[in-house]
Amino acid sequence: MPILPPLTPPQPSAAAPARLVLQGIGKVYPTVVANDDIGLTVRAGEIRAILGENGAGKSTLMKIIYGVTRPSSGRMFWEGEEVQVESPAHARSLGIGMVFQHFSLFETLTVVENVALALPGKPALDALAQRIVEVSARYGLPVDPRRHIHALSVGERQRVEIVRCLLQDPRLLIMDEPTSVLTPQAVRKLFETLRRLADEGCSILYISHKLDEIRELCHTATVLRGGRVTGECIPAQETPASMARLMIGKELPRCEHDAPQAGGEVRLRLAGLSHASDDPFGTDLRDLHLDVHAGEIVGIAGVSGNGQQELLRVISGEEPLAERFPVQICGVEAGRLSPGRRRRLGMAFVPEERLGRGAVPTMSLADNALLTAAHSQGMVTAGFLRFERARAFARRCIDDFNVKCGGPAAAAKSLSGGNLQKFIVGREILQAPRLLVCAQPTWGVDVGAAAFIRQQIIDLRNRGCAVLVISEELDELFEICDRIAVIAKGRLSPVRAAGDTSIEDIGVWMSGLWPGAGDTADAPLAMETPHA
Amino acid sequence: MLELEARAEPSRLMSWASPLLAVALMLAGGLAVFAALGKDPVEGFRVFFLNPVKDLYALSELLLKATPLMLCAIGLAIGFRANVWNIGAEGQFMLGAVAATGVALYFGDSESALVLPAMVLAGAAGGAAWAAIPALLRTRFNANEILVSLMLVYVAQLFVSWLVFGPWKDPDGFNFPQTRMFAEAATLPMVIEGTRLHFGFAIALAALVAGYAFMNRSHAGFRMRVAGEAVDAARYAGFSATRMIWVGLLLGGAAAGLAGMGEVAGPMGQLTDKVASGYGFAAIIVAFVGRLNAFGILLASLLMALLYIGGEQAQQYLNLPNSISMVFQGMLLFFLLGADVFIHYRLRLRRRGA
Repeated sequence: MPILPPLTPPQPSAAAPARLVLQGIGKVYPTVVANDDIGLTVRAGEIRAILGENGAGKSTLMKIIYGVTRPSSGRMFWEGEEVQVESPAHARSLGIGMVFQHFSLFETLTVVENVALALPGKPALDALAQRIVEVSARYGLPVDPRRHIHALSVGERQRVEIVRCLLQDPRLLIMDEPTSVLTPQAVRKLFETLRRLADEGCSILYISHKLDEIRELCHTATVLRGGRVTGECIPAQETPASMARLMIGKELPRCEHDAPQAGGEVRLRLAGLSHASDDPFGTDLRDLHLDVHAGEIVGIAGVSGNGQQELLRVISGEEPLAERFPVQICGVEAGRLSPGRRRRLGMAFVPEERLGRGAVPTMSLADNALLTAAHSQGMVTAGFLRFERARAFARRCIDDFNVKCGGPAAAAKSLSGGNLQKFIVGREILQAPRLLVCAQPTWGVDVGAAAFIRQQIIDLRNRGCAVLVISEELDELFEICDRIAVIAKGRLSPVRAAGDTSIEDIGVWMSGLWPGAGDTADAPLAMETPHA
Repeated sequence: MLELEARAEPSRLMSWASPLLAVALMLAGGLAVFAALGKDPVEGFRVFFLNPVKDLYALSELLLKATPLMLCAIGLAIGFRANVWNIGAEGQFMLGAVAATGVALYFGDSESALVLPAMVLAGAAGGAAWAAIPALLRTRFNANEILVSLMLVYVAQLFVSWLVFGPWKDPDGFNFPQTRMFAEAATLPMVIEGTRLHFGFAIALAALVAGYAFMNRSHAGFRMRVAGEAVDAARYAGFSATRMIWVGLLLGGAAAGLAGMGEVAGPMGQLTDKVASGYGFAAIIVAFVGRLNAFGILLASLLMALLYIGGEQAQQYLNLPNSISMVFQGMLLFFLLGADVFIHYRLRLRRRGA
């Protein structure tokens, strides 16, 4: 599926020095060496990928270039001259711009106000708005400068971030995992923009762990593993498998996935679920219908911020409803039940945030086992805790799910993200739930651990559990799900068997355009629906 | 150049060494204060810190003083662990004293063995009822419990004054603002004969044990610790925030009320408008110096009692104002908060420009 014309790498000119050269960059934190002797060269007009798993040191390296942190050792040359970047403002004055993975925009302000805040001095808003329109037109990044940020989609917000960088005429643009929040169509647009920028001589450092994207977009790639450069390559000449080997040091694992058992009972039913969000910038859920049966995995795709958070809270019980019937768990109308009561009906839940929600950072893994498994595993007798059982259960999670840690007494925050996720997934799966609800099961988890977690979820399905997975990673959903739906603007699309649809179709649906979507688009939020 | 560097892990050693460091710094600061006031620091140290522990009677007075501090602090610590900030133990203490006094006055000269148990229950219930007001306002209207519980201290103080200047004033008391002395059956028995150390001390020790069991061994205490450490995790696990606020405030109020009961039924033997004398506020310091932990609170309450009695001794023998003990309390909390920085940070010497 070629999207862009073949790459023609920029011709190095002998006279001009490289735009950016790093030599022997190291960064040591109290417990970890984040970067070790990293060398990197970026030429004018080059799109260079920085490829690596989570924790490989990509973000630290970018923060050093952008002046957020200082290196412990090494030298940096900008257009031939040695520099020490003191701060992001210094970096911007040199001509370095960065678009962060997590946006830094004020939601209550307009686009032009947000852009003005990042510029030196006090620019006139009208003139600035005019410049925003010009730049956005030139690079195919349509943005209305007078709109408020909270009214923009995530893709539009990212355009604001990029336009804000471009207004300062950067000669090096750093993009940190920019596509994790975009639909496939928006990714395509973004790539066209980046190509155009590169053609005009701007260099781009593109951070990602998505191999397909890098092959499509980047001229060159530097691969990091464990804080060191483990290789350089021309992505167009590599296969995803060969780049994965460079990135993780072994073959990319795949999940085994056979056909689902048909005819399982309904374990989760959403029956016309509507819910107004408390958060003024939240998404209202509108008339959701969904059945999840025993023995199948149903996935919900969608661009983040389209109601996933709200839906998960309503299903988990963290935000109980006023009515009973819209959420039915294992045949019980559970809309008003607390999370604890829903758990006793056989539901388990893996939340999106690991630290602080799925686990208490300062507490031991044994204590964190108590968090959700206290009753199902008999860890409480007459109101008192049975620590030996909590330790034993935590030990089982650690052993069965290959959690690398110091044992049940290790504090949750001492684990890496992937290992803590394995622990939390293990804690929920080992309680033998009848229904598992999983949010972003492999978000920020390295490739090896992600494959393991997906396999565990599939195995759980094969044992007859009903599984609902909400994820922004389409590849992941197509890998493990039996049926897929899309959530957009708080509405749920029809559910399709995964084999009867494609990433492209689902991508179109992610912008809210599924068959029949128009009929209900402007219907008022029916909160007072009488219970039939 | 000295600089603070974040530790990878909070230091366990430092979290226990920090109160000791604070005590040492307070001592040094205190001696400097004595010297600045023209008193002999060695003499000051002897009077302030050694007189209160010089014999059995002095020790019994120390334990007597520590009793209400222990009770209030262990109750507060349970709430503090769950981020429920009850600042009004002083008021709950007074309402506990009022409720116990009401029972004692109602039974008058009765010799029934049930009077004291009834007073114990009334004291706990009175304190809990006063703490229920901030709990209700917080859970219903999201009113900040820090402000409400604090303001209710002043309401309680005025209520006590009204009682002892008005309806409950001792008719034979020469118009002093105090109630009649309680009957024998409404007075706590002594733990050691010949001293004023009453049975309330045993109640306080039992409360420490119960507080330890609740916080460290019970599921309810675990839920409260989770709520204090990570609100979203508590919500995810389905621990009710409303229930946590109620439990935290009611237990804190009940413990403070018990302490108030112990004062009127113990050393005072009556209710006066000076019943609270700052125990409820000092207990906040005790709870934090004691690391919100039962054993720590035992030690911290003894230390705080020492400061109270040392202050009285300094008043008597060194001719210093009574506020000297407040100076010591303030220094203790100040140095503790300062020393606590080193739980999460360490000092490092760094050459400039490195």
